[in-house]
Amino acid sequence: MPANIYLRNVEKRFVKGREAVDVLLGVDLRVEEGEFLALMGPSGSGKTTLLNLIGGIDRATAGDVVIAGRDLGKLSSGQLASWRAANIGFVFQFYNLLPVLNAARNVELPLLLTKLASRERRANALTALRVVGLADRAKHKPGELSGGQQQRVAIARAIVADAPILVCDEPTGDLDRDTADEILDLLNILSADHGKTIVMVTHDPKAASHAQRVVHLDKGRLVKGTA
Amino acid sequence: MSTVGLIWANLHRRPARTYLTLFSVLVAFLLFAVLRTMAVWFAGGNEISSANRLVVTGKYSIIDSLPYSQLKAIAAVDGVEAVTHQQWFGGIYQDPRNWFPKYPVEPRAYFDMYPELVIDPETLDAFARTRTGAVAPADLAARFGWEAGDKIPIEADIWPQKDGNRSWEFDLVGTYAFKEGAAREQIFLFQHDYFAEATGIDGMVGWYTARIANPEQAGAIARAIDARFEHSMNPTKTATEDELARSFAAQIGDLGLMANSILSAVFFTILLLTAVVMNWTFRERVPEFAVLKTLGFSDRRVALLMLGESLLLCLLGGGAGIALALVATSFMELSNFGISELPLHWPTIMAGGAITVGLGLLVGAGPAWLARRLTIAEALRRG
Repeated sequence: MPANIYLRNVEKRFVKGREAVDVLLGVDLRVEEGEFLALMGPSGSGKTTLLNLIGGIDRATAGDVVIAGRDLGKLSSGQLASWRAANIGFVFQFYNLLPVLNAARNVELPLLLTKLASRERRANALTALRVVGLADRAKHKPGELSGGQQQRVAIARAIVADAPILVCDEPTGDLDRDTADEILDLLNILSADHGKTIVMVTHDPKAASHAQRVVHLDKGRLVKGTA
Repeated sequence: MSTVGLIWANLHRRPARTYLTLFSVLVAFLLFAVLRTMAVWFAGGNEISSANRLVVTGKYSIIDSLPYSQLKAIAAVDGVEAVTHQQWFGGIYQDPRNWFPKYPVEPRAYFDMYPELVIDPETLDAFARTRTGAVAPADLAARFGWEAGDKIPIEADIWPQKDGNRSWEFDLVGTYAFKEGAAREQIFLFQHDYFAEATGIDGMVGWYTARIANPEQAGAIARAIDARFEHSMNPTKTATEDELARSFAAQIGDLGLMANSILSAVFFTILLLTAVVMNWTFRERVPEFAVLKTLGFSDRRVALLMLGESLLLCLLGGGAGIALALVATSFMELSNFGISELPLHWPTIMAGGAITVGLGLLVGAGPAWLARRLTIAEALRRG
């Protein structure tokens, strides 16, 4: 079975002025379809950079990044945007919901890029909210929801367009233990029952323990034996 | 929710800021529409003038009186069909704010000269018969609740009666109306004979109006009239009504230039203000633009969202301003010039629309360009 996420000898270098910083150094990684992978490592180890490469929001300096069968290095920025809309769902640590939109409209946002009619978009958004258990909060704005509820809305937004891959950057980093467990259980369900491939960056070993596999990054390299 | 719905929702992010900006744009476009309308009117874009009427005034100033004896001489000039005279009276009705023009005239000759004025024959007869008689436009009578038979007191500011009494009293015999499309000058008319007798200034008038047979000969006839009096004690300056209106406006100043100067300052201020607002809007939403791009919104689409926001803001403010100007100008009057209404012309509305769009694009272009260039990873880090 082909890997859903395939990274070969990936390098990422940031250049600021005359200074160049190598953040990723020869990273090789395979993640299978439907797998739930946790990516751990100390601050500055390159976790988020690696996640950004997988999510197609940044480009590798060298190496191959092949996600869902597409070599991202060969896509233009416009193609990459369309590709992200169809293939990747993002979940951020601080939810990143639009404060001016209610929960249903936040979830509906990715569907504005599809050809679905307005009524279908609304129906799909409500379905996604139902999956995360928040259908009754559809009309609430982010400011009227708790942190855990906002993260559920963010997850609904990530899955509403039926993207096969979810990339989650510290999704429980801003939540208390119980709420974090609820979110992690939800991610488990999405992986196990809905076949989503999930890559989650976390500092928290307890959060990582919910994943099927844990890999460690240190100083831009995957720690041997974990990849 | 649609893309427009998303733009609309973003405009409501900070309602106070949005509504204050909208109000500023509204006021700017209201000013634009009203000032342009006035400038157009003074520039001669009104329907007050007629191509077949000439106005004969004193050569050096329109306030110089002319001798009544010139009337026959003007009437004798080739191409002149009829002549009548008028006089600037001034005067105050109850309160200086009630100002409207008042002319002593020869009743029959005046209404013969201005066929766009409609007066029924009985009223005209009564006006011509009654020494202290007066007629007013129906609009003016309605404004002050006058009815035929009322006595209208006017306090003189220029023309006291010969015994020094400044209180004049006129008997309103009726009203007159305007034909469709005529300028609705709100002039209160009374008998010149009464004026001459009461003031003791007999034999002098303010200016003459001459009707000519062929408008194409207006220039030649005007020159002939002025030549006739060139070496007299009262040399004249003859012009078409349109030219006179322009020269009258020029005495006030170059209204077009004044209007344009004011509007340039206003629009420059509005441009800066809205640009600052849109830049704030952009800066406080950098992480949101990054999120939108993360979700698959292309660079172009995010830029268009930003541009759409500024365009919608300006269209709403500008549209409301012009709509308000439509209402305002239909009620506005410049009584000092005898104008009862100032119609907002289509070119002014179209120019307003074009400026609205231009302002929206200009103000939104910078933030839209920045939003387009924004890289997701960098923007998320800034958030």
